[in-house]
Amino acid sequence: MKAKVHVTLKPGVLDPQGKAVSHALDALGFTGVEDVRQGKYIEVDLAETDPAKAREAVDRMCRELLANTVIENYTVEIEG
Amino acid sequence: MKAAVIVFPGSNCDRDVAVALERVAGTKPLMLWHRETEVPSDLDLIVVPGGFSYGDYLRSGAMAAHSPVMAGVKAAADKGVRVLGICNGFQILTESHLLPGALMRNRDLKFICKDVHLTVESADSDFTRGYADGQVVRYPVAHHDGNFFADDETLAAIEDAGQVAFRYCQPDGTVDADANINGSRNNIAGLFNRDRTVLGLMPHPERLIDQHLGGTDGVPMFKSLLEALS
Repeated sequence: MKAKVHVTLKPGVLDPQGKAVSHALDALGFTGVEDVRQGKYIEVDLAETDPAKAREAVDRMCRELLANTVIENYTVEIEG
Repeated sequence: MKAAVIVFPGSNCDRDVAVALERVAGTKPLMLWHRETEVPSDLDLIVVPGGFSYGDYLRSGAMAAHSPVMAGVKAAADKGVRVLGICNGFQILTESHLLPGALMRNRDLKFICKDVHLTVESADSDFTRGYADGQVVRYPVAHHDGNFFADDETLAAIEDAGQVAFRYCQPDGTVDADANINGSRNNIAGLFNRDRTVLGLMPHPERLIDQHLGGTDGVPMFKSLLEALS
């Protein structure tokens, strides 16, 4: 199965890259952009066939390596 | 003083640190490759040097924090062995949770390579005893991810416990927003653990050990360690 992991900065953590992208969009004439937050998207292919076990394993991967929980949140989506 | 320098693929300040240690202590440090699973038990000091370990993949320091040698470094730190992390080494120590907070992309998104002024916030440690409280020193910085972040609660705890070792300042020692080169919270450039046995800092003391290299402000740090650990 496949795990789709989104890693995003926690609210309140400054995101200078998101800010720069927001300014660039503004400069291109895209009005109404109030804020941009940049994150990471990671796909993990797994041999595991049990969705619950897969989720548990990927959750551990996020806590130990894929995300830095001091500054980042993550979400995990499991696809069969 | 028995010292070791950790070498990761992508480290590039490991030899500078080795030269600094040898100059000051008179003996060559042990160079420990990242795959080592055994860290000698008789070490007094471990230096985690600057560079771009594992190409800064995922996050600066993230891969190195989980390399085989770091388990031994963490165990040694728990026993009170002094650990000094410089630049990428500081990033690795926060990713390893030996130090609190995280080092994020510089506020202005640029790689910063220049000399900066720092205040020595506390001379009461084995790393900083050779300086005076409040002394202004000039060290070079060279980093892209040196923007220190900790949430309000963690930051208050760091300040209350006197864990700040260095802050970015003006040449006259004023700590203000203009001196904050990378957006670090409270101008933090270097940080101790609670016991002051671990120090991480973004600037490079090992690059200022000889007048021919532009100054000697880094020498007292290595002398402090030698005096404390011999």
